[in-house]
Amino acid sequence: MNPVQASRGAAIDLEAISKAYGGFKALDGVSLRIEPGEFMTLLGPSGSGKTTTLNVIAGFTDVTSGKLLVGEKSVVGVPAHKRNIGVVFQHYALFPHMSVGRNVAYPLTLRGVDKATREARVARALDMVKMGDFAHRYPSELSGGQQQRVALARAIVFDPPLLLMDEPLGALDKKLREWLQLEIKRIHRELGTTFVYVTHDQEEALMLSDRIAVFNRGRIEQVGTGRQLYDEPATLFVGRFIGDSTVLRGEARSDGNSTALSIAGETVTAPRKLSGEASPVMLLRPEKLSLRRPGQSASGGNRLSGTIGEAIYLGSESKYEVKLADGSAAIVRSPLTGESFGLGDKVELCFDGSDATLLADDASADTTLT
Amino acid sequence: MEMKPLTRVLLGLVCLLVAIWLVAPTLVVVPMSFNENKSLAFPPQGFSWQWYQNFATNPDWSNAFLNSLKVASIVAVLATVLGTLAAFGLDRMKARPANLLRMLMLTPMVVPGVVLAIGIYAVYLDTQLVGTLIGFVLAHTILALPFVLIAVSASLEVFDRRLETAAASLGAGALTTFRTVTLPLIAPGVLSGLLFAFATSFDEIVVSLFITNPYLKTLPVQIFASITRDADPTVAAVGTILLFATTILIGGGMLLLGRERKGRP
Ligand SMILES: Nc1ncnc2c1ncn2[C@@H]1O[C@H](COP(=O)(O)OP(=O)(O)OP(=O)(O)O)[C@@H](O)[C@H]1O
Ligand SMILES: [Mg+2]
Repeated sequence: MNPVQASRGAAIDLEAISKAYGGFKALDGVSLRIEPGEFMTLLGPSGSGKTTTLNVIAGFTDVTSGKLLVGEKSVVGVPAHKRNIGVVFQHYALFPHMSVGRNVAYPLTLRGVDKATREARVARALDMVKMGDFAHRYPSELSGGQQQRVALARAIVFDPPLLLMDEPLGALDKKLREWLQLEIKRIHRELGTTFVYVTHDQEEALMLSDRIAVFNRGRIEQVGTGRQLYDEPATLFVGRFIGDSTVLRGEARSDGNSTALSIAGETVTAPRKLSGEASPVMLLRPEKLSLRRPGQSASGGNRLSGTIGEAIYLGSESKYEVKLADGSAAIVRSPLTGESFGLGDKVELCFDGSDATLLADDASADTTLT
Repeated sequence: MEMKPLTRVLLGLVCLLVAIWLVAPTLVVVPMSFNENKSLAFPPQGFSWQWYQNFATNPDWSNAFLNSLKVASIVAVLATVLGTLAAFGLDRMKARPANLLRMLMLTPMVVPGVVLAIGIYAVYLDTQLVGTLIGFVLAHTILALPFVLIAVSASLEVFDRRLETAAASLGAGALTTFRTVTLPLIAPGVLSGLLFAFATSFDEIVVSLFITNPYLKTLPVQIFASITRDADPTVAAVGTILLFATTILIGGGMLLLGRERKGRP
């Protein structure tokens, strides 16, 4: 392959993929289209089926039912070693008996690439992950971050149209992780390959991805850009999993085009209605909430009284946890330029009804999150 | 941990005693092999190389030695190949049937040698394998297989199978993965299995006594025959040669392994 020509990524289509272990459904009708060259992250809590999905795409696990297309061609039944897909594992999986150079050359040797081309491509791949000086070392002589960079070089050296990564930074400390996230993003840009990335860290997902698929109990709850998931969560689970959120529950009443919740004697309204039978809850992002001292005059909008339960200084802003009358907690972020509150202060929580997202209540969203 | 001087001296003394106890019977053979008289008396009298000469020139001895070398080499290769494949297969099977099969394959280690010998002898009489090279090779392979199985299984136990998944993702089929990833990483187990298999065949005596005949004798059979017939110190000379050969072999192997480990921490 011409090294100058950037390889094009492959599209992936998962169509109603199910995977059962005995009676347990690890994947339950997962459908997802990943565009060529896209950076797609599979995000979800532990046991939600992210790794299983990745293993199905890689060919390590066969499906119980459903269709799988890579590059518009069905790969069901094609063994892993014939799929030409790069995989990076959380546990690095470098061959301990081979030097870094031989590890990276391994997929090229298998493909019968001649020695000169092989050496050039190994050098290029190692340079790309900034490990050019380590070709003669053995994996046991490298740090975790260095090993993972070599593993990344080995997975991209044969120009696969698709690269899968299963929590590749999971075993590394925060500083290193953040730096490698930037590196991975840069490599994705340079290669144009389709990346599918698994993580349970939502910040990592937001930072890396073009789009994120949120997994819960073997299903995809929602697919979208980070912004879409944050601003317009489709389910309570997504709303709570992405970013901080406050969930208001109460006795609901809908009339005309608006919904009112009565919470421990106080009422809040939002100019929207939830379709369907489910009882509605309001989800609010911390920056859409503000705090006032009781009795301070204020413009219209919703108000709930509470007390400060926790005040956290975050450098550029403060984060408050407010205990509401019904016992639930709200999370508020406010700039340091505003008024500051102390522990136990009585406050009023204010927000504009149009900033509240109405979602169907789902008690299981709380349990799966923790 | 720091030890009191007295404790250290006592410990050293005990170790020395145990060491002497373990190697003394073996070392007795060395002076006996230089005896001037045709006797196995200890301590020996005088000094001569004649028993070494006898070993080299007497066809009874040299043939037996070559036979043993031949049989043990074939057995080592055969048992290592079969044992490695068996260990690999058992490692990939469901636990329950694998354990049953493993126990079956280990029985030659547990069954009394004489019982096995009688069985093999009976079968060999019918199939005319007594006193043949094939007969020795087959019988010794049965005995050597468990050692290879155990050594290779121990290596597979610590082998990280996820490396095989990684190899598959890089384009390696099952055979290529075994050749380029699995086998190199379990090589220490395979190698020690090979050594054990060779040693098992080389000094096997019980079964060999049953299936030998005047045309095909292995070294242990010849030693046994010689020592029951007359007190020939050639036995001691053979023992001494074997002692030094194994010491050099094992010592060299350990040195090599040690160097490899140091080179690749
Ligand atoms: N080989 C297997 N046999 C039985 N159950 C399995 C097997 N592999 C996975 N599972 C189950 O399938 C579910 C999904 O597992 P999966 O590994 O995909 O989760 P995950 O989203 O990757 O979680 P994590 O973040 O913890 O890695 C889990 O409940 C798991 O117990
Ligand atoms: Mg996982």
